[in-house]
Amino acid sequence: MKFFLSFTLFIIITFAAYAVGVDEKQLADPASEIRAQEIMKQLRCLVCQNQSIVDSDAPLAKDLREIVRERITAGDTDEEVLFFMTKRYGDWVLLKPPFDRTTIILWLSPLLLLLIGFFVIYRNQSQRKFLAVSSPLNKDEEKRLRALLDERADD
Amino acid sequence: MKKFIPFATFCVISLALYTGLSLSPGNIPSELINDPIPEFSLPIVGGESLGFSSIDLEVEEEVIIINFFASWCAPCYVEHPFLMELKNQGYKIYGISYKDKARDTNRFIKEQGNPYYKIAADEDGRVAINFGVYGVPETYVIQEGIIRYKHAGPIHEMDFEDKFLPIIKRMGE
Repeated sequence: MKFFLSFTLFIIITFAAYAVGVDEKQLADPASEIRAQEIMKQLRCLVCQNQSIVDSDAPLAKDLREIVRERITAGDTDEEVLFFMTKRYGDWVLLKPPFDRTTIILWLSPLLLLLIGFFVIYRNQSQRKFLAVSSPLNKDEEKRLRALLDERADD
Repeated sequence: MKKFIPFATFCVISLALYTGLSLSPGNIPSELINDPIPEFSLPIVGGESLGFSSIDLEVEEEVIIINFFASWCAPCYVEHPFLMELKNQGYKIYGISYKDKARDTNRFIKEQGNPYYKIAADEDGRVAINFGVYGVPETYVIQEGIIRYKHAGPIHEMDFEDKFLPIIKRMGE
């Protein structure tokens, strides 16, 4: 019984995670609503900047959610809705920055760092190989080695 | 060479952090600089008749200022005395009250003074969104219907001298 109660409570609480945009009218067509939600997840709330407009309670985010739904109803494609937003608020409104001239360093820097890493490893490795190659002992060294080994054998 | 590489890396990272961290996240660059103002037509505060429209702004030949404000916005009270001063200096300021009740806007103007040449009400905030407004107050410098500068947050006298005046001067040429 106790398990059942806590399990029910757990389910009820976790449903809160799916509560999205409950403050306004969702679109009647579920497919359109899902599309709208997907677009909203990509849009940054300009007031509380590290949230998407889906997660934000800010009035502006609510207005932007409304606009996304209106544009979808009006027959806009996803790209057109995003363009509507970037035209007003810039690429900044997109949580995922587009790949273009200004962001090329941003997108390619992980690859670049990886290549630098490989280069460093390669260089270290080849240096180590050089160090590890041993030249044969010369006469003097052989004599010393023998002497040392004999000394130990005497102990 | 061996010692130089870590030092150079350190320098590059410091420089990147210095520039990156000194950017204010509150300052979102405006997309609409040097673009024509969005088309709009807004009613007067608490009425049906036309307050002003984008056409009214397009026919202005001199430099004008559009200020988005609201009675519920604390920084707007901070900014207000300076707007009054700008009015006295002869600037033509068009006011757009953003998502505000007519009664509250009127009280705000009555108590704080009216620096505006004309006031219109953007009750649902849609015109503001077309301007790329993300908070109040926000101020735009406009000439012949083209947006030349946008300022987010209250205008301090220093902002005006450092940021507005050079642009206004350049426009006058």
